[in-house]
Amino acid sequence: MGDYPSRSASTSAGGPAVTARHSRPAGNGVSPIPPDDRPPLGGGGALPTKARFSMETGFRGLSTAAGAMVLVIIVAIAIFLVSKAVPALDANTENFLTYKAWFPNETQPRFGIAALAFGTVLTSVIALIVAVPIALGIALFLSHYAPKRLATPLGFVIDLLAAVPSVVFGLWGRDVFSEPVKSFSVWLNEYFGWLPIFGGDGPFGRSILLGSLVLAIMVLPIVTSLSREVFQQTPGMNEEAALALGATKWEMIRTAVLPYGKPGVLAAVMLGLGRALGETIALALTLGTTFVISFNVIESGGNSIAANIANTFGEANATGRGALIASGLLLFAITLVVNMAARAIIYRRREFRDSAA
Amino acid sequence: MAKRIEASNVSSYYGSFKAIDGISMTVEPKTITALIGPSGCGKSTFLRSINRMHEVLPGARIEGRLTIDDQNIYDADVDVTAVRRMIGMVFQRPNPFPTMSIYENVVAGLKLNGVRKKAVLDEAAEKSLKSANLWDEVKDRLNRPGAGLSGGQQQRLCIARTIAVEPQVVLMDEPCSALDPISTLAIEDLMFKLKDRFTIIIVTHNMQQAARVSDKTGFFSIDRTGEPGRLIEYDDTQKIFSNPGQKKTEDYITGRFG
Repeated sequence: MGDYPSRSASTSAGGPAVTARHSRPAGNGVSPIPPDDRPPLGGGGALPTKARFSMETGFRGLSTAAGAMVLVIIVAIAIFLVSKAVPALDANTENFLTYKAWFPNETQPRFGIAALAFGTVLTSVIALIVAVPIALGIALFLSHYAPKRLATPLGFVIDLLAAVPSVVFGLWGRDVFSEPVKSFSVWLNEYFGWLPIFGGDGPFGRSILLGSLVLAIMVLPIVTSLSREVFQQTPGMNEEAALALGATKWEMIRTAVLPYGKPGVLAAVMLGLGRALGETIALALTLGTTFVISFNVIESGGNSIAANIANTFGEANATGRGALIASGLLLFAITLVVNMAARAIIYRRREFRDSAA
Repeated sequence: MAKRIEASNVSSYYGSFKAIDGISMTVEPKTITALIGPSGCGKSTFLRSINRMHEVLPGARIEGRLTIDDQNIYDADVDVTAVRRMIGMVFQRPNPFPTMSIYENVVAGLKLNGVRKKAVLDEAAEKSLKSANLWDEVKDRLNRPGAGLSGGQQQRLCIARTIAVEPQVVLMDEPCSALDPISTLAIEDLMFKLKDRFTIIIVTHNMQQAARVSDKTGFFSIDRTGEPGRLIEYDDTQKIFSNPGQKKTEDYITGRFG
């Protein structure tokens, strides 16, 4: 289907266009092509020399400079962070990596990242565990199940969710969402209290669970949008191949769509994780700000590196600021490790992806 | 293993556009039938109607009656996946699953049908690849990506994948149009070999190919763009290419039209 005979179109295309350009009266019969004093486009005469400065070199320089800028900025930030962090770390009287509390502003500064880093990773991981299955479900619905009339506006709404500022999510989580989460926590505690993660005696409410759920909602649109894009790019001929083998729609998705989209979905999840790890204000508003390492997710408490920076930066002295910057550096290191791990997973089956291109 | 396909008065639509009009033909078991005709005349649409792949496209529907051994494949209570398992399809462009190895590609259909035993899968993979004349070329690299093969090998891999589920009928939609002459020859040899086990219907633009491989030939044509395609003539290949009954057919096969 589709490729109709183009013979008639191509024969008629040549004639009128040529005569129209030389629109002088043809006289009777054949007229010689009139002499033209312009040089032919392909160049007559001697070969012209190359221009020394041209758009070509100019643009090349611009794009090289833009590329170099990335390195310059990264290096500048690294120098800044390290130069501020080192004096504070020197003044620290406790082990920065294992100490749980945060008192950098005293004459004998004591601060450590352990509880903060733990809270950061725990909230992010729970957020992903909640968000990713839902996001993949929405993405598959939008790309393969929903009628186009529904998929387009729904996709737009999802993208809109990504544009909501995180402070709005934080306020909403603190003032509105915390109530149902609190009731849910009480229920969990009553029936599943024998599980350590749902144990404790309360109070419940501004807990790891609340922070994680708010994070999950914030991560959802990123993972959904990117996954939908990837799923939509599945070659139609592979989907047809699966269907022609007698696959149902879900089997077709499992055979053709999901394996094809896997690297893209993984990248989407990593971007979501990046956002969750770095999220500041929403967690500062919803977590209970305690410095303990506990897997209990429903009791009030929890903290994260970024939330701690937001909460304590105002009252920090020079050492305090240095300590916060050091915690920021560690957050950067965590994100880096996560990203590299994800890339390692994606590139493991690179051979398959490249040969498919 | 092979079944008879009977179409009576089949018309297929894309939305309100009627692509083919009133096709009636009978395809005998264990024969090769070639469908020829100019582009856009509905050969592929008709082919895709036979295994209900036509209705995959949004807005596509069909009228008329299509039976396989007297069972209407468009009956309301017929399981569409069963139809497609019974009537396999090879597409114009080789389409192995890019994320799968050669082995995984061949057994993909079996896995979809719930076969899990390694021994069964191994045996089926070897048998299908041997039937597709590909075994000797790939037996040492079954775990390499299927998309890393050459175009002709990929197409034979797709044929192996199709026949691995042991269909009754194999539909081929211009299977050689993306291949060089040597690969084309390999696939034609393969078709002769498969004829013993399957009913084969092939759409082709290559008239020499139709003349070489097929037992019967159907010539499709359209009056002009926008009109539905019709089956102009359907007869023994020998007769179509030596003494066609219709002027249009003669014009087409002698190159005076289309």
